This record gives sequence, structure tokens and C-alpha cells, in this order.
Amino acid sequence: MNSREAIFASIRRSLAVHGDEAPRRFEVETRLKEAPPGVVPKRGQGDLPARLATFKAEAERAQASLAEIADWAGAPAEIARFLRENNCPATLRMGADPRLAAMPWSETTLEVLHGPSDGRDVNAVSAAFAAIAETGTLALVSGADNPTTLNFLPDNHIVVLTRDAILGDYESVFAKLRGAYGKGGAPRTLNFITGPSRSADIEQTLLLGAHGPRRLHIVIVG
Amino acid sequence: MNEVATSAHFKENAHEALTDARLQGALGFSRNFVGRRAAAVARLPEFDALRDSARAIKDHTLAHLDLYLEAYERKVRESGGEVHYAQDAEEARQIVIDLCKSMGAKSVTKGKSMISEEIGLNHALEAAGIEAVETDLGEYIIQLRGETPSHIIAPAIHLTAKDVEQEFRRAHRDLPPDRSLAEPEQLLSEARQVLRAKFLAADVGITGANFLIAETGTSIIVTNEGNGDLTQILPQAHIVIASIEKVVPTLEDAAQLLRVLARSATGQDASVYTTLSTGPRRPHDPDGPRAYHVVLLDNGRSAMLGGEFEDMLRCIRCGACMNHCPVYQAVGGHAYGWVYPGPMGAVLTPSLIGVAEGGQLPNASTFCGRCEEVCPVRIPLPNMMRHWREREFERRLSPAPLRYGLGFWAFFASRPALYRLSADLAARAMHLAGRGKGRFSWLPFAGGWTRYRDLAAPEGATFQSQWRARSGAVR
Repeated sequence: MNSREAIFASIRRSLAVHGDEAPRRFEVETRLKEAPPGVVPKRGQGDLPARLATFKAEAERAQASLAEIADWAGAPAEIARFLRENNCPATLRMGADPRLAAMPWSETTLEVLHGPSDGRDVNAVSAAFAAIAETGTLALVSGADNPTTLNFLPDNHIVVLTRDAILGDYESVFAKLRGAYGKGGAPRTLNFITGPSRSADIEQTLLLGAHGPRRLHIVIVG
Repeated sequence: MNEVATSAHFKENAHEALTDARLQGALGFSRNFVGRRAAAVARLPEFDALRDSARAIKDHTLAHLDLYLEAYERKVRESGGEVHYAQDAEEARQIVIDLCKSMGAKSVTKGKSMISEEIGLNHALEAAGIEAVETDLGEYIIQLRGETPSHIIAPAIHLTAKDVEQEFRRAHRDLPPDRSLAEPEQLLSEARQVLRAKFLAADVGITGANFLIAETGTSIIVTNEGNGDLTQILPQAHIVIASIEKVVPTLEDAAQLLRVLARSATGQDASVYTTLSTGPRRPHDPDGPRAYHVVLLDNGRSAMLGGEFEDMLRCIRCGACMNHCPVYQAVGGHAYGWVYPGPMGAVLTPSLIGVAEGGQLPNASTFCGRCEEVCPVRIPLPNMMRHWREREFERRLSPAPLRYGLGFWAFFASRPALYRLSADLAARAMHLAGRGKGRFSWLPFAGGWTRYRDLAAPEGATFQSQWRARSGAVR
């Protein structure tokens, strides 16, 4: 008997089952198929203005900074402002996301680089897949459009987000994910990000900028 | 062989901890957790309903664990990953080492993992000639010191900033010796700089998993630092080590558990990074690992199913029980002598390494019940500690004076008339003997008790006889 078989045999011995019981299999298949939502907190619910207000309040609690702009074309100027005000170099790395690519970067003096980060970038911008009002959380998916290394290696991470991508809760993001990747499918990496990186491992003192970004700036479009 | 345990010496360990002034100073930091959790709970009216939901999800999954593991395994394979099974610590270590060797790995970065601690993975990797670097700040610090974690989510909570500074000066020899490390910010920034180079150079990244999702074949890690993410996206391969009870059915189920996890652990509404990883990088992905392996460890857990310690398998490793435990707060985590401290460790340790080795730990409780009160998945920890005490007693593992003492007491306690008579006699005798000072600073067979405080001398009559006299008078 190999280890896999031994572990399954031990589980079934302890549970007093043989594994082929139809009702058990049916129950498991149903749960996997239906994915019942459980208890969803009211905090993130409401219409878009309510979700926007909750999202902003929760993201600020988590020490992210925020800006609201009218359209995607305004993003480069806002990002340039943010970098200038924080004394950051005027460079920016991004993936192949068509929404980011279509922005008028030439209207700024920013030097724009493309592709994943090798650790030498100070600033990066990503476009979010969705956001969650309940906890002020961003949802980012991996891929050529928004490489995952951009979420973690640079000192300053800027995330652009359309207003109507602010959903109430995690469950709504999962529904959107199933729409994009199919039921049971997933991107290689889905990052839920709530504020900039931090650690409290030294004397329980909360310090920002542990291994990931020291600053998280969220630009809401629309 | 698991990580070596000194749990059998809990009493000696605890005594040492109580007289260690430096440790007692550092332990003060752990008290912050209590207020933070309470504040996070107060902000979420649905918190208790979520605890019930979390408990039900875990119970349901455990009752169908074989089927959910099959479903999980199928989805991992579909997404291009591989699943390996390990019955014990030795097998898990061997699988990880073989995987690393097959990829020609010379250096490994590691996200925080209690399973890695449980199986003593770092020593094994080093012995196999592979450099293993812990990247969670707390884990990195204790790795430099050659220690085990003293807390499951704050591994270096037993240390002060001064201790960390000393350690960094000893370990980071190539940095200027006159640099300032007086502020915690400077310590953090130095660790960031040193570890950044390790992240970029590593051949393999090893993380644990807070949850595994059967629906999608996904592993979830939760961190605040981002170290677990750099560990898994930069090297050519990502190895996940997790125990079999980490599986949950669906993404929705994971969201229920995540909502109680961060609040119970650090008092955050959500941890900074909750990362869902499924398989290796996709064909057009510009980054991420090219290989994805999951090592599923049993190490005694399958035998706990269906028995009186099954509830312990609901544990999601938040640390709330130890944060609220008066014993943990007094002695810290190392006194427990193995990997898991506090109330959850007192229940889990005897299950995993045997009651002969770990049987002392369930005695390290005042049964105040706060651990059960705050447990996000409502594990009846005091009850289970009581089960272990009974087993220890039945198996004659407790010390002889305690067993005979209990037998002696039980003889009287199960004979009410005899008990009343002897209690009455003893109270009168002690009243006479203690008349002078009104208290005893020493008593035979009670030296352990009177070493720290005096016993007030009885007033002469027992409570029962006084009560009888009083109710007679009222009538």
C-alpha cells in the first residue's frame, strides 16, 4: 500500500466509511456545485455609492491612500502627482493591460517600462480585477496584463480601479471570477490586497513596508 | 521523527520561564492581542454567526475528508500541479528534499509554516546541503537564534528589539558595524534588504497553507508582510506543505473562515495579503513558478477523526487561545516544549507525539475557559484537556504522589458521611494548631502551595455545620 492509499484507508477507518456511499458522494458533489454563500456581513452591501463610501473608509483604515478621477485618461496625471508628492522617481512599470496601455502616458514626464519586475523597480501600476467594500480590499489576478511581481517587489504600488468594479463582498468577487475563468477554474494567482505591507514581529510594533510595498495608492476611475 | 520535544519537562520549563526577567518583560507584548481582537469583533455584528458557520464548514469537511481530498487532488492535477502524500514527518521531509534535489535546488526561501516546524524541515534541508531561509520577519529572527517559534502567529514574541539588534549584528557581518539599529524601523529595513537578495536568488519557494480549496485545487496563504508571496512567485518552483485537515469545499467556505481568522489572530478585519494559488504559471504568464507541488501530511491526524479529539482538527491556527490564556501569558510558548504552545498545543501535542511525551501539557491549565470562549471554530479546549488528564491518569503516567493523593481524596469524597466527619475533625485540629498566628506558612504535603502564600487557619467548624446551625436558628 502506498502512502496515499494508507492515508485514505486510515481516514475511512476512523470515519467508519468505505468511500463509495452514494449519499456521502452526493452531498459532496452538491456542495462543490452549489457553493452556498454562508453568512455575508451587511457592512459591504448597498448600492454603488454606498459600496464606494465603505470601500474608501475601509481602505484608509488599512493605511492605503486614495484618489478619485473622472476617466482613465486622467490616470497618468494623478499617478505623476502621487509620485512627485512622495518624492518618488518618475519611473513606472506596468503589464500589458489594454486599459493601462491606452492611457496618455506621453502627457507626463514618467518613464514607463513594461513587463514583470526583476526587483529593481521603485514604482509599479496595476489594474484591479475587482475590489471589496467590506474590508477595503483589492482583487488582482495574475497574467501578462498585470504580472504578480508588480504587486510585491516595488516600493510603491499604484492600483487603478473602475468604480463599478467595487463589489460588496468576497462572494461577489468569486461570482465574477467564475464568469471569467469558468466554474472550478482560477488564475494562477489571485491576490486580495488590503493596505500596504506591514509587520508587527518586533515587540508588536506595527511597521509599514515589510517585504512588499511601503505605499499602496488606489486610483478610482468613474 | 518530529521536531524534538521537551514537553515532558513542562514544569521545569515553566519554572525557568517564570524566573527569566527578560522573557517576562517581552511577554507583555502578547497582551496587545486581546484588545485588538475585541475591537475587531465589536465592529462586526455577524461575528458569532460566522463562528457557527466556520465550525459547521469544518465539521462537514472532516466528516467527508476522504472525498474532499480526492476532489482537491483532481483539481490540482487539472491545473498542472502535483500532489504528494506523507504519512509522517520523515516521509514529508524526504519528499521535499527529493523534489528540491530533482530541480537542482541549492537555496530555498520559506514562508511561515507550522507544518514545516512540526516536521523539522529546516534541519533536514540543511543536512541535505540546501540553504533554507525563513522569510517571515519573526521566523527569520528565531532561525538566526536556532530557536522554535514561541507563538504560532508571532514566532519571536519572546524577544525584545534589543535581542533582535544583537542577533542582526552577529549574523549580518558584511554590513557596517557602526550602523544604527536602535529603532524597530531600522531592524525591519535591514531584514528587508538582506532577505530581498535571498528572495531573488532562491531556486525553490516553500510555503504552508491556511486553507486548501477542493472546488478549484487552490492553496491559500495569509500574510501581512508579503514574504509568502515573494517566496512563491519568484523561484522556479512552489512547494506547499499542508496537513490533510486544511481542505475546505469551496471558495465561499474559505471566505467564511478567512473572516474569523484575521480577526481572531491579529484583530485585523482582513490580513494585508490573502493569496490564492492554483497550479504553476499559465502558458502566457510572464511570472510565477513553473512547477507547483503540494505535500499533504497526515502525521497522526487521520487517527484523530471520529474520536474524542476530532474537534481539534477544526483548528485554523489563529492563536487566539494562547493570547487569552493566563498560563501562556505567564510562561510563554517555549515552556510547552514542542511546536504548538498554549491551549491548542496542550490538546494537539499529546495527539501528535503521544501522551507519554506531551501528557504534562493538558495539566498546564486553570480551566478558566477563555480559550474556548474566543475560539473562532468553537473547539471545546478545556474539555479536551480534561480527556487527556483522564487518559494520563488511567495510563498511570502522572507522578505517583499525585495518583495516590487523588486516590486517597477520592476514597473520602465518595463516602459523604466519612468525608464530613474527617473534614470536621481536620478543621477543628487546624483551628487549634493555627490559633496563635491565625494562618499557616507551612503545612505537611502542601509545601508547593504554602511556598508562595499562607493558608488562613479555619475558624473551627466546617461550612456545612455552620450552615446547619444557621438555618436551624432561622427556623
